[in-house]
Amino acid sequence: MPLLSVDGVGHGYGQAPVLENVSLAVNRGEIVSLLGPNGSGKTTLLKIMLGLIPPNQGLVRLDGVCVADMAPKRLARRLAYVPQLHRMSFAYRVLDVALMGRLPHKSMFYKYAKSDLRLAEAALEKLGIGHLKDRPYTDISGGERQLTLIARALTQGTDIFVMDEPVNGLDYGNQIRLLAQINDLAQEGYTFIKTTHFPDHALWLSDRVVMLKQGRVIADHSAARAVTDANLYELYGARINVVTMPGGGVICMPQAMRHTCRCQNLGPRIALSHAAAG
Amino acid sequence: MRPAVLISSLGALLGVAALISLTLGRYPTTLSDILYFAGERFFRQGGGPGGQRLQMLGNIFVDIRLPRIVAAMLIGSSLSVSGAAFQAMFINPLVSPGLLGVLAGASFGAAVGIIFAKTWLAVQMSAFACGLLAVLAAVGLASLYRGERLLMLILGGVISGALFTSLLMVVEYVADPYKQLPAIIYWLMGGLSLIDKETIGAMSIPLLLGMGVLFSMATYLNVLSMGDEEARSLGVNVKAVRLLLISAATMVSALTVAMAGIIGWVGLVIPHIARMIVGPDNRILLPTAALIGAFYLLTVDGMARLLFRAEVPLGILTSLVGIPFFVLVLRKAKKGWH
Repeated sequence: MPLLSVDGVGHGYGQAPVLENVSLAVNRGEIVSLLGPNGSGKTTLLKIMLGLIPPNQGLVRLDGVCVADMAPKRLARRLAYVPQLHRMSFAYRVLDVALMGRLPHKSMFYKYAKSDLRLAEAALEKLGIGHLKDRPYTDISGGERQLTLIARALTQGTDIFVMDEPVNGLDYGNQIRLLAQINDLAQEGYTFIKTTHFPDHALWLSDRVVMLKQGRVIADHSAARAVTDANLYELYGARINVVTMPGGGVICMPQAMRHTCRCQNLGPRIALSHAAAG
Repeated sequence: MRPAVLISSLGALLGVAALISLTLGRYPTTLSDILYFAGERFFRQGGGPGGQRLQMLGNIFVDIRLPRIVAAMLIGSSLSVSGAAFQAMFINPLVSPGLLGVLAGASFGAAVGIIFAKTWLAVQMSAFACGLLAVLAAVGLASLYRGERLLMLILGGVISGALFTSLLMVVEYVADPYKQLPAIIYWLMGGLSLIDKETIGAMSIPLLLGMGVLFSMATYLNVLSMGDEEARSLGVNVKAVRLLLISAATMVSALTVAMAGIIGWVGLVIPHIARMIVGPDNRILLPTAALIGAFYLLTVDGMARLLFRAEVPLGILTSLVGIPFFVLVLRKAKKGWH
């Protein structure tokens, strides 16, 4: 039985359907990337998986139990939501934000115990931002904020992380570091479902890629089988070549950029550096 | 400073301020009068000499000044705590307890009471009930439409507030312009001169209860201020929790209006000041705001009754003191709430 399954989910606001008959299954320890153009229904699908939006049709099952029937607290002990990078109105300390992850484990009127505090601190340490714990969340960088939200999800003690464009708004270095962090956590057995706008990131990191176009699944395969020239064209309407690098690795190269690329005459140097690396 | 140290220092400061307030008034008294009175009252059971003076001191301290001091502290802390709670709930530090129309509703209720009711208690009941009614209307309006919950609630509050303000004007228009209208206007300016022991006795328990609910749900306030979706993904039943919080904050602010009319700016300014001192974590922010608010209203009420020969309505002073203070605070407050 898959860990999380989406069966025939359809949803719409008003006339136009946002999602149509979407089915997919997520297995334990997988990293699943949802790819799709703007407005393809990725975020809506995530929110339906999280039980935040009840779908018009179909249902989402977690270990065979319908998510809509689960109490919010019970659900929050299994599924953690890492939202898109956001600005917060109030300058909570980083540690207090991470501590919020303990809420689903507590009864209505409670206080955080020492053990909760230690869990939150451990989560921050694990992600390498332990030194930030007393800083205001509003003062740290975008990458650090995203890591704080992941720390909150770790503190929450769930086995599934649902992330909405986790690298959105991060600089290139922080994007790579964040993806590496996700990879490390997946090695430990955590399951990730994330949306992304970068096919490259899906290739680097995903066990599986689900492509959504106008609310329908057009591909659901392993990353290597899903991210192809043909699928990318269908998804984005742009000609993109999926290129295997000498020495390993796969990257996406938009054809339109091949000819405008200012580094045409540096060809030999790139080849040389590959040779050196090889 | 550690939270516990801060809270106890603020508490001590408040205690000293209350003692000093007890000595201030038209009839000059000193701290030693209080000690003398307390000693006689609690240890000698009134059997000692000087019975007449003792009775007079008892009259001044217990019947006149103490109810007013207690009322000022209760109202100041209630407005501050409900203001802070509303600000967290609506993720907006510029929100005040009147957001959902409770003040407009209570004003209308009091005006109706002044015209039709015979007793002061009935006026208070009417103010309280209409305050609740206005918020109920706001919440009801918000639930009629789909859309972002917080925005709909705010719009519902705007509509409900405008409605009850118009109704208040209708009442003012039909009121007897020589007796009733001045009473309404004067009441709307806010003040503690009508407070007595009985009012305190009746109101303090629900006030403390409401504040207690808000205090105990501070962690939920923190999570709600991350937005509805995140709060729900953290296992919070947002609808139910928010309804409980709105009910508690509304009850508390409606009661303050029933006791003392409209006392503006406390619920907006004091949470700001408290947040600048201890940060936005509601677990420590709410008690801090309660203590600072109590201290603030105690001080301003002291000014209201002593500064000029005739007593100045408290609501006027809280606005006049609060507004420039708020301007100053805003300059510094950019940090921490973008």
